Amino acid sequence: MLNKQENANPIWISREFTKCSGCRKCEIACSLHNENRIWPEASRVRVFMLVPGTEFPHLCTQCEDYPCVKICPFKALYVNKETSAVMVKVGECTGCGKCIDACPGKVPHIHPQTKKILICDLCGGDPECAKVCQEGGWNCLKVVERGDHEFKLYSRIPEETARNLATKFYGEKAEELL
Amino acid sequence: MLGYAGKFLEVDLSNSKFKNITLPEQWLKDYIGGRALAAKILSERLINDWENVDPLGPENILFFMTGPFTGYFPGGRTCVTGKSPQSNGMVGSTVGGEFGVELRCAGYDGIIVTGKAGKPVFLFIKDSDVEIRDASRIWGKDGKQTDTLLNRECRQVLAERYPHMGVWKEPAKLYIGPAGEQKVRPSVVMAKWTHAAGYGGYGAVMGSKNLKAVTVKGTGPLPEVSNLEKIKQMIDEVCKGAYGNVLWRRWGTGGGGYSFGAETSSEPIRNWQEEWHDQKSYGVDQFENKVWVKPAWSDFGCPTNCLKISCIHSSKYKGAITDNPDYELQAFLGPNLGVFTPEENVYLSSLVEDLGLCGIQSGSVLGFAAELFQRGILTKDDLGGLDLKWGNVEAFAALAKKIVKREGIGNLLAEGTYRAAIKLGKLKNKNLLPYTVTSKGISIGAHGIRSGRDFSREIGYACSVQGGDHTSMTDVPIDGWGSEIWTIFNDSAVMCIFTSFSISPTFRYEFYTAITGQTLTRKEWLNGGGIKTLQIQRALLLLGGPDLKWNPKFDDDNPERFYEPLPTGPCKEQSADKASVKQKIKQYYEQAGWDKNGIPTAETLSNLKLEYIDKNLNRLRDR
Repeated sequence: MLNKQENANPIWISREFTKCSGCRKCEIACSLHNENRIWPEASRVRVFMLVPGTEFPHLCTQCEDYPCVKICPFKALYVNKETSAVMVKVGECTGCGKCIDACPGKVPHIHPQTKKILICDLCGGDPECAKVCQEGGWNCLKVVERGDHEFKLYSRIPEETARNLATKFYGEKAEELL
Repeated sequence: MLGYAGKFLEVDLSNSKFKNITLPEQWLKDYIGGRALAAKILSERLINDWENVDPLGPENILFFMTGPFTGYFPGGRTCVTGKSPQSNGMVGSTVGGEFGVELRCAGYDGIIVTGKAGKPVFLFIKDSDVEIRDASRIWGKDGKQTDTLLNRECRQVLAERYPHMGVWKEPAKLYIGPAGEQKVRPSVVMAKWTHAAGYGGYGAVMGSKNLKAVTVKGTGPLPEVSNLEKIKQMIDEVCKGAYGNVLWRRWGTGGGGYSFGAETSSEPIRNWQEEWHDQKSYGVDQFENKVWVKPAWSDFGCPTNCLKISCIHSSKYKGAITDNPDYELQAFLGPNLGVFTPEENVYLSSLVEDLGLCGIQSGSVLGFAAELFQRGILTKDDLGGLDLKWGNVEAFAALAKKIVKREGIGNLLAEGTYRAAIKLGKLKNKNLLPYTVTSKGISIGAHGIRSGRDFSREIGYACSVQGGDHTSMTDVPIDGWGSEIWTIFNDSAVMCIFTSFSISPTFRYEFYTAITGQTLTRKEWLNGGGIKTLQIQRALLLLGGPDLKWNPKFDDDNPERFYEPLPTGPCKEQSADKASVKQKIKQYYEQAGWDKNGIPTAETLSNLKLEYIDKNLNRLRDR
């Protein structure tokens, strides 16, 4: 577990899913930053649209107990203590997917080309996704001080988040739409 | 060429076969993509027998096209086209959403569909894996159900076939509702419940091919561009401009339902009998505060979020979901039918989208029927018992359903306003065309010309190669700001105009250069791909057939209604001026290089190296 004493400025990307416009600028910014291409399927943050209108960014929430880091059989994952991000040692990763299974929200996914795991690294503390979201004034993604909260709650499978948002927006009609 | 995926997918539905094709590089340079490139391919393949090509027959070709801007220029769009069952020409119709982005990430610049499947199918593309899948379980389902069922099936297939990749996102989808299946001419190709390639009637073309949907998941990057750093800067510039447009971002086109009535006096009201209203019940604040559940909704990369989602939570309209509605649906399924409340407008819009109808074309045909009812030309008996009074929402909803089922009078109205007027006119022994507001078989968008206060112009619809399409109006001078030549560029590069209000006229050509590495100036487009595409589309429109052909002498004109004086509002008594329209049409013909009959001259076409078009126009010149 992250030792907060050692950590000067740990951050969290706060997310308010109901404010997501579905513009996918976070995917564009993330893939440009990491791949130097616009490449939605290689983006560390992925916008799901299982029901139109319920778009939301799906990205690592840095669980307090880091189940993905713990489960990795190849010690390919570790925690960056400055930012709290999960880091991938690409050379060690075999793309086995055990970290996906261990993740409560099934957030990590495999890079379509390199076949290595993709997990948000918080861009070293200055995440591009939150920047573009803020520039656009949507305020769905925002960098905040990490503090002491149950961030793991925000790691839910896309189907569950989609159901929640659909119910909030569309009421009883939501069940038919999932 | 840089900026392109490098290949097109050609699907032969009759034989369940597909192949990758590449096009001559010169075609890409000349015609860019989307509408213009499709016009080139379609005319090369079909012009020799154009008049005999049934738009709803297996011989028609259906295109799903991207352009080099798709995915890069903020706001994702895809161009859908082919021979139009509305105009019998070719209409480049674009739809918002992620489909074009996914398609390019899958490695294709477009899909060309020929033939007809033996049973309902949908196309499933995952990168280079292409499959024709059975759609019998989805056939008959409404738009929202279709989206749900396709998501479930495609995500399951992805999870089974590519199991170790993590949780799959949904694929992008273009689909039709029951209207397209029944080959209803006012039907659309839809995405994301509320998005539609509307003008042209390509939902019916998909239906005629037994093609319920196309779904695509592309896992690659967008095609490589010439100057990525420049593109990043230019994207920023577009976005910063859009962010500055605060009220447009907040309201989108949702303010139009009130303001195009109250202020510009150019909104269709009761089938264009009026164009002015001052119903404050229809203000954008009413939509915002009563029905919007999501105030900002965007497509890929879009800074504008002109869409807002509406949902009705109580009352008899509970469960109706749509976007804003946008201005066109606000108008056509609102004041055009004598409806002036957000709740009723949301209900009708949601219904029309679920049915897969075009909001504009179906609103037009419903309004047309209601005016005939008002005048006693159509009776309750004719309408299967419906009391089609202005504002009777239930009756309009019931009639829309009849149209989609082709039941009773619905079968006739399913042909769209213009064709319905001709057929019904024969039955009633009456000229019903004065009650139609169409151009070349396409109902005119919700921007009237009589007040002169809107962006529409006197000859905008009359001379457009896409008829009533308000997104493709034209004007003199042909190299001026109002010319269709520039719209052709937008639909060919495939870009959204609602994200680009702040950019300069030359910006898009610089953007093109940064993407492709090819230089292209505004003037080169005007004298090259732009004018060539205009001539090709004009030729196809005039050749027409098989059921209708246009005679420029009569059909290059405004509907009669636009010459009637406005009866109410600040622009009362104003109308289009016949002499001025005639004069401008004459100028337009000259500037476009058309003869006095409106036909592109041999010299014009030869200068543009379009001899293959010229040869076919001899059939018109001889008549």
